[in-house]
Amino acid sequence: MGTNIAEKRKTSPSMQMVQRGMAVGFPIMLGYLPIALTYGVLAKQAGLTLTELTLMSVMVFAGASQFMGANMIAVGAGAFEIIVATFVLNFRHFVMSLSFMNHLRDIGRNWKVPLSLGLTDETFAVSALHTKEAKEEKGILFYTALILTAYIAWVLGSLLGGLLGEVIPEQLSQSMGIALYAMFIGLLVPSVKKELRVGLIAIIAMLINVICSQFMSEGWAIVLGTVLGGLSGVFLLKGEKETS
Amino acid sequence: MIIAIIIGMSLATMIPRVIPAFIVDKLQFRDWINRWLNAIPFAALGALIFPGILTVVPDKPYIGLVGGIVAIALAYLGLNVILVVIGSIVTVFLFTM
Repeated sequence: MGTNIAEKRKTSPSMQMVQRGMAVGFPIMLGYLPIALTYGVLAKQAGLTLTELTLMSVMVFAGASQFMGANMIAVGAGAFEIIVATFVLNFRHFVMSLSFMNHLRDIGRNWKVPLSLGLTDETFAVSALHTKEAKEEKGILFYTALILTAYIAWVLGSLLGGLLGEVIPEQLSQSMGIALYAMFIGLLVPSVKKELRVGLIAIIAMLINVICSQFMSEGWAIVLGTVLGGLSGVFLLKGEKETS
Repeated sequence: MIIAIIIGMSLATMIPRVIPAFIVDKLQFRDWINRWLNAIPFAALGALIFPGILTVVPDKPYIGLVGGIVAIALAYLGLNVILVVIGSIVTVFLFTM
């Protein structure tokens, strides 16, 4: 970063897309770093080696399930149990990926597949609220840069956490725990200002999530909140309002 | 053994993520399904924000709530997302002093 100031005047469309992607990915990076560091520390305590805990970040790239996985390994849970729990917790990414890929119809599968693998709650939220880039020239680089920014922060943060232990003072790391929630709010509010009904969809999803979480695991409650809350959009959103 | 768990977790995460990349080209969605998919980001944001935000400081749910209200206020004023994030971090930090 900061190396391209001289180039900035004559930036190519590609470079410009990469820069924009990194810029919107930066809040994710800020949110991921403390969580990844904490994960690294916890996974080390759970008995994973530095290689194993970093490999998990490289191959899984899903915060909540990695914490859960490390905890379950620590208490000696069986592999099958851990894998099923991971599936349940991350199944929401199927719904998110379907929504995101529907915007990227015109883009080749060679791009779709790697982008879909980089989908997390956070990269999805940011990508999904920046839909106009999908239609711009070299727009795919915008999403690639955004996802890579998040991915690198996640992997390096995990490695550093395992290597250095708790480098961020606990109070600061706890305070930074609100970062991703604040980012979600920062993404949602401008859309609500433009179209109030969007806020209603979000509130319906929140309520469904709260109700469902009384009866089932967090993973399923978020899936149902997203799917059923989104269904209210069929009635609340006007057709072809912002896509296709 | 741990490596096997990691590979299993990886597949359990990757498969749901990647399937839509393969099927979306083959499907033509009706208008109502498109509207549903377009609403998914907003529903997902709602479900991800609440009630999770109450657990930022596990034994003091009100701190997460206050941080969230500050974030709403800053975002409403039109500040950039990064400033919204920093503002709410500072809020939680001050409340946990």
